[in-house]
Amino acid sequence: MTENSVVHRGKVLTLGTMNPSVKRVEYAVRGPIVQRAVQLEQELKQGIQKPFTEVIKANIGDCHAMGQQPITFFRQVLALCCYPDLLEDNRFPEDTKTRARRILQACGGGSLGSYSASQGIEIVRQDVARYIEKRDGGIPCNPDNIYLTTGASDGITTMLKLLVSGEGSSRTGVMISIPQYPLYSAALAELSAVQISYYLDEENCWSLAVGELQHALEAARQYCRPRVLCIINPGNPTGQVQSRQCIEDVIKFAAEQNLFLMADEVYQDNVYADGCRFHSFKKVLFEMGSKYSDQVELVSFHSTSKCYMGECGFRAGYMEVVNMDPEVKVQLTKLVSVRLCPPVPGQVLLDLVVNPPLPEEPSYRTFFEERSATLAMLAEKARMTQQILNEVPGITCNPVQGAMYTFPRIQLPPKAIAQAKEKGQAPDMFYCMKLLEETGICLVPGSGFGQRDGTYHFRMTILPPTDKLKIVLAKIKEFHQSFTEQYS
Amino acid sequence: MSICVLRAQMLPCKTVLSWTRGTGNRCDIARLRKCGVCYVPNLSPVSFPSRTLSNLATAHSGLARREMAENEALSRRQKVLTIDTMNANIKKVEYAVRGPIVQRAVQIEKELKEGVKKPFNEVIKANIGDAHAMGQRPVTFFRQVLALCSYPELLDDDKFPEDTKYRAQRILKACGGSSIGAYTASQGIECVRQDVSRYIERRDGGVPCDPDNIYLTTGASDGIVTMLKLLTAGEGRTRTGVMIPIPQYPLYSAAIAELGAVQLNYYLDEDKCWGLDISELQRSLQAASKHCNPRVLCIINPGNPTGQVQSRERIEDVIRFAAKERLFLMADEVYQDNVYAEGCKFYSFKKVLYEMGPEYFNTVELASFHSTSKCYMGECGMRGGYMEVINMDSEVKAQLTKLVSVRLCPPVPGQALMALVTNSPQPGEPSHAQFLKERTATLGDLAQKAKLTEEILNTVPGIRCNPVQGAMYSFPQITLPERAIREAKEKGQAPDMFYCMKLLEETGICLVPGSGFGQKEGTYHFRMTILPPADKLKILLSKVKEFHQRFTKCYS
Repeated sequence: MTENSVVHRGKVLTLGTMNPSVKRVEYAVRGPIVQRAVQLEQELKQGIQKPFTEVIKANIGDCHAMGQQPITFFRQVLALCCYPDLLEDNRFPEDTKTRARRILQACGGGSLGSYSASQGIEIVRQDVARYIEKRDGGIPCNPDNIYLTTGASDGITTMLKLLVSGEGSSRTGVMISIPQYPLYSAALAELSAVQISYYLDEENCWSLAVGELQHALEAARQYCRPRVLCIINPGNPTGQVQSRQCIEDVIKFAAEQNLFLMADEVYQDNVYADGCRFHSFKKVLFEMGSKYSDQVELVSFHSTSKCYMGECGFRAGYMEVVNMDPEVKVQLTKLVSVRLCPPVPGQVLLDLVVNPPLPEEPSYRTFFEERSATLAMLAEKARMTQQILNEVPGITCNPVQGAMYTFPRIQLPPKAIAQAKEKGQAPDMFYCMKLLEETGICLVPGSGFGQRDGTYHFRMTILPPTDKLKIVLAKIKEFHQSFTEQYS
Repeated sequence: MSICVLRAQMLPCKTVLSWTRGTGNRCDIARLRKCGVCYVPNLSPVSFPSRTLSNLATAHSGLARREMAENEALSRRQKVLTIDTMNANIKKVEYAVRGPIVQRAVQIEKELKEGVKKPFNEVIKANIGDAHAMGQRPVTFFRQVLALCSYPELLDDDKFPEDTKYRAQRILKACGGSSIGAYTASQGIECVRQDVSRYIERRDGGVPCDPDNIYLTTGASDGIVTMLKLLTAGEGRTRTGVMIPIPQYPLYSAAIAELGAVQLNYYLDEDKCWGLDISELQRSLQAASKHCNPRVLCIINPGNPTGQVQSRERIEDVIRFAAKERLFLMADEVYQDNVYAEGCKFYSFKKVLYEMGPEYFNTVELASFHSTSKCYMGECGMRGGYMEVINMDSEVKAQLTKLVSVRLCPPVPGQALMALVTNSPQPGEPSHAQFLKERTATLGDLAQKAKLTEEILNTVPGIRCNPVQGAMYSFPQITLPERAIREAKEKGQAPDMFYCMKLLEETGICLVPGSGFGQKEGTYHFRMTILPPADKLKILLSKVKEFHQRFTKCYS
């Protein structure tokens, strides 16, 4: 090759030569519909006329973007940690200063700008462990089993990475719920692991039946080695809250079938429905006795992005590993060390979440009021969303028992389905795209999460402020009716 | 492992009753059919030809039997995830900068706290480029704006200069709900990417930069791993080969191991101040072409751990080589402000590429990485960074954007910090004078420590040290006595690990052995940061000197 020929060189990195696993990755929550929404926003800004004046993004669980206010206590401590000169300032309550000093003392050189231990700052891990113990009614938690992460997504991906091995029919199979949060399918595609789908029962409020797990597992054993069972509780996108009994059944199943359990519990404070309660997998596991608690391998994930905090931008979270083989734990610690450490501001925030103001501390009242107001508001919006959607002929919606989403089923006229297929689109994508173009409302089609063949859904967050949410729901109602009419 | 499979297959399939179901799903039916299973709708039992008998038997058995089977299964249960069943690539990952020597250092720190007697009273961690941990003060302007962004009520406080408020308001306005707690675009906040591109244009004397080519990242490491992930493909002889310098920053070898890519070493020339020789690149490439598909060339400039700064001419040579050999260039330029030696200057690959004319500028694919962790900022904990991609195929770019969207977004405080680094106070703004003073002092201090380190280490017989032209590390060669090498090998340790471990136990100084970065066979080194405060650095260097003399004597 002579130097002149550089002019004719094709690219090194093309769609044909790139990592094929990455090509298979899909992530609907930020997929084509969201890209179109961003485009529409720009068009509105440029003054282009639309049948709406703003784009409402109900596609993603992004509380602050929807107007939820941050918790004052959290942000005060963060400000103090960023700029410790403020420790002299008397506008900050004493307890915020105590927290800030304690955290800064645990940072190298007293600065958030130092790397922390790769597993996370030790006192933060201790605080997390105490929080878990309190949550679980005294079941012990060892801070050495806590790994701080860059959001829960990071922890989930890291664990899957550890677990995936083998080739061909011995390749690791990972059981995930359908509908699922598409991080799971995306991570599995990237790792070339085998996705094993088990279906949640829409007729029974998206509940999980062990029979269905068994069914999926048996089928999968023919072509891969199932080793992991992922559970999302409270459910995303489906909003169900698992009963204690169901969790016990799942644990028994995992024990019998030699499966590693991954429990995604990031919505643990988001439980709204009467009679529903959050039970952690860890707690139930330990209450089932040492026969299970000494053996079943479990990892549980939590995050600062959901619950009443909604601090998504900080990318903070933790995972607790239970019964992990000590040699594997060494490997895990080594693996996370390559990325140096999770972002320190997020570690600070997580510390405040697990160690909030105590009743006798000056920040307690404001903190308590803010938290209660946010959770009550969410509960109210969960109820309202379900109620209004169920009034629409052709939309059926399970109660939003927890989490931040509704995942209603929509009836689509055969003509609409046919037209979507002609366009090469999933019918619910076709529906959501039309909704976006006509109303400015951005939802995610059910096909992005997985659903039973021949059924159609969308995911919508319950996060917009109440008055806006009412408008969104009314607009969806109108749209659904005119859509049904148009294609009938 | 085979025992595991057997066990899994022998487990009785006992819940036939509960898994018969009315609502058939086409997908499942298809899968069952494929597996030779006959699916009968309407709640009738499903039969697995090879397992029918055992299924039925269990189905008819009572609860007691089920319980027994469970107990049996449990008592035979082995861990699902063991060292033998885990991802084999992860096992191959090594990252010396936080490896066994650092773990021991942490342990010793705890022992000191508990009052255990040691020949020293503190552990000095010179293993990692962690500026703030070594006492460097954060830049006031950065932290003021971050405090304002965290707690916007402070915007009415007159302790904060106007320009910090203006910056904070601008960033907050670009955040959803005006909160840094909202997710951002996965590629990063748009106005931050614009700041970054203007910064690059200024740095490169007006060479244009498109904000759409900027991806904000969670530290530079994140960007590097993401790019390598995109680039790795093929199997066996077509598997992607990635050329990296030796010595290297071990993030590269770790990422390559994790991805199952092929690591291709090219050696830097220690005798020419760790210079890069094109003929060495050629040699490495040729040797590799037989067993993999070399597609990527990684360059670290200024060098980590080796501290050299590449000349403009050498960068041109490298670009020409990459063009000729059709290699994707990855330029790790996180130390771009850390250039100390006289006559040395930082040249970005982008600028040189552009100046080489359109036949190169329009074709050579390049990704360049930067970070908030190094230079004068040293804000490692914020995990801020960006990469700029040049000449990336537009379809691949869409794939990259999709890939980063799965992780939602880089941490927003780090993005805000990146905005401040690339859009720092301008002359005339109230924060400018103090900002300039702090930055200049930090960089001046580093230059002085770079010189001091080189000078003192070179006075030790048996230690030979190239000038620290840039970055934050010295990587001296150490001569080890034969007997020490033998003893290390008997212990199954790399000789320089043996040396560094002894140094740690005797003096409390934590360095990283050269073997963690790679080195020519038969040579030994360590990496030491130049970051401790000058007075502490002096003590540290004299302790290293004493130790080296003692060690040499002891093993001679």
